[in-house]
Amino acid sequence: MSLTREEVEHIAALARLDLSAEEIERYQRQLSDILEYAARLQALDTSGVPPTASALALAPDLRADEARPGLPRERLLENAPAVTDAQFHVPPALGAATLPGADE
Amino acid sequence: MADLADLSLQDCLTGLRAGDFSSRELTAACLEQTARLEPRLHAYITLATEWALEQADAADRQWAAWRKDSSAPLPALLGLPLAVKDVLAVEGLPCTAGSRILEGFRPPYTATTVARLRAAGMVITGKTNTDEFAMGSTTENSAYGPTRNPWDTARVPGGSSGGSAAAVAAGMVPAALGSDTGGSVRQPAAFCGITGLKPTYGRCSRFGLIAYGSSLDSVGVFARSAADLTPVFAVMAGYDPLDATSAQRSVPQIALGAGDLRGLRIGVPDEYFIDGIQPEVEASVRAAVAQMQALGANVRRVSLPHTGYALPVYYLIAPAEASANLARFDGVRYGPRDSSASVAEMFRRTRGERFGAEVKRRIMLGTYALSAGYYDAYYAQAQKVRTLIRADFEAAFVDVDVIAAPVAPSTAFRFGEHSEDPLAMYLEDVFTLPANLAGVPGLAFPVGQDAAGLPVGMQLMAAPFAEETLLRAAHAYQQTTDWHLRRPPAQ
Repeated sequence: MSLTREEVEHIAALARLDLSAEEIERYQRQLSDILEYAARLQALDTSGVPPTASALALAPDLRADEARPGLPRERLLENAPAVTDAQFHVPPALGAATLPGADE
Repeated sequence: MADLADLSLQDCLTGLRAGDFSSRELTAACLEQTARLEPRLHAYITLATEWALEQADAADRQWAAWRKDSSAPLPALLGLPLAVKDVLAVEGLPCTAGSRILEGFRPPYTATTVARLRAAGMVITGKTNTDEFAMGSTTENSAYGPTRNPWDTARVPGGSSGGSAAAVAAGMVPAALGSDTGGSVRQPAAFCGITGLKPTYGRCSRFGLIAYGSSLDSVGVFARSAADLTPVFAVMAGYDPLDATSAQRSVPQIALGAGDLRGLRIGVPDEYFIDGIQPEVEASVRAAVAQMQALGANVRRVSLPHTGYALPVYYLIAPAEASANLARFDGVRYGPRDSSASVAEMFRRTRGERFGAEVKRRIMLGTYALSAGYYDAYYAQAQKVRTLIRADFEAAFVDVDVIAAPVAPSTAFRFGEHSEDPLAMYLEDVFTLPANLAGVPGLAFPVGQDAAGLPVGMQLMAAPFAEETLLRAAHAYQQTTDWHLRRPPAQ
């Protein structure tokens, strides 16, 4: 099992990770080794074996659908790097603009 | 008062009750011991010195009220110091998960396990070091520098809960919380010569635990003996409506018994004594099983035939879950962010620059295992083999009450030994992963030393919710042996 450089770049894009050229080269090698090791699972016959959905067969615990107090909005916003009008502020999805709260 | 820091948790409780010393004196002794050793060991990421003394004073006031009027409420663990692994939220203290991506984050709430122990009177001393997001077996993956093993500071304390294990082993604190997703309580307990419990999946609430592999994560606890660990576990366990996978099971009043193991059926699995295991580890574990047999236990061989598949199953499932869980760290709601012109670039740069190498490796591996075209071959197949591993345990627990095995193939190794080869590092977890995949409880405790004087750990595993069986068995062993009383030289 050997991953190509393009595959590693594709996974990094899916995972929203900026990787250096050196990291891409290293992960290409290391992930290939690990996946090759994991390939031994494919030799096992699992026909008719159900996949595990939960570690223990616990009864699903659904609470009543009732309003209950949560944390106040200010508390939830106080760790955010940028807040505007009581909302999380992020840079634009399209086009460029200045970003409040960013590290320089 | 530094000698107070050497007392067992049970002796601390007895002393507080008798008024031999105050919680402030006990807490100050723990903090003094910490100040002395922390430059060499680096067990903590955040030390909460002032707050700890305030909590201790509050506990002393409650003790005083109880002395005046014994009908006043007396919490079970009033005034006992506790260190908390830095993946559990404690309101008012920073929570980093050992990562730069959570620098400066202060959670607005407290984890249920910690809240219960606070309500029982425990004094939080601070947040202990961990591999980043609990991913690792050495604490070398902490963004805040590694913790060192108090038995030999050239060696790792184990991980990922290495800070908590080192703190308890070095007498900085009588008990500490950890988390165990693939061995992160049991392996550092073994490497540091202390007792560590990974409870049944769902036994202790995960609310407020920063998620790594949600189907595997358990909040666990360290102390210097089974007797010390039991009252802490009894308080932190139990149903929590804030965790949907929390088990609606009552927690029994745990009676440790007088040390007799008659009637206990111990299984020894062939698959855990493999080529490459350090000979002193095998010898110590087998001697401990013989000692338990001498105490009346019935020992037989058992087989867990799919044990060899646990490693590849774990290293697909845990990274897959991690890749989803860690998607939330994107520079929007908490932690620092890196300046970027667009939101997509901000996500990529913040995550690329602030996650460490092991975390990125697991996110990449998990993303791959879940991606279109590979899901069936990797993730779905791993979940099927996980079913076979669980079935092995179910079958074994028809015939035996506990399974006895080594915790790790070797004693504590040196820094840097495996850091260039992730697969070799993952092999260190080979004996601890199966319990997480099956959801069963495991207890690690010291049963010997190797030629270099490093502790050897054994683990006992039991059927779901049978923690009491584990604690009783380890307690009986510790009543007749003294490995748990040996203390590291770095004190």
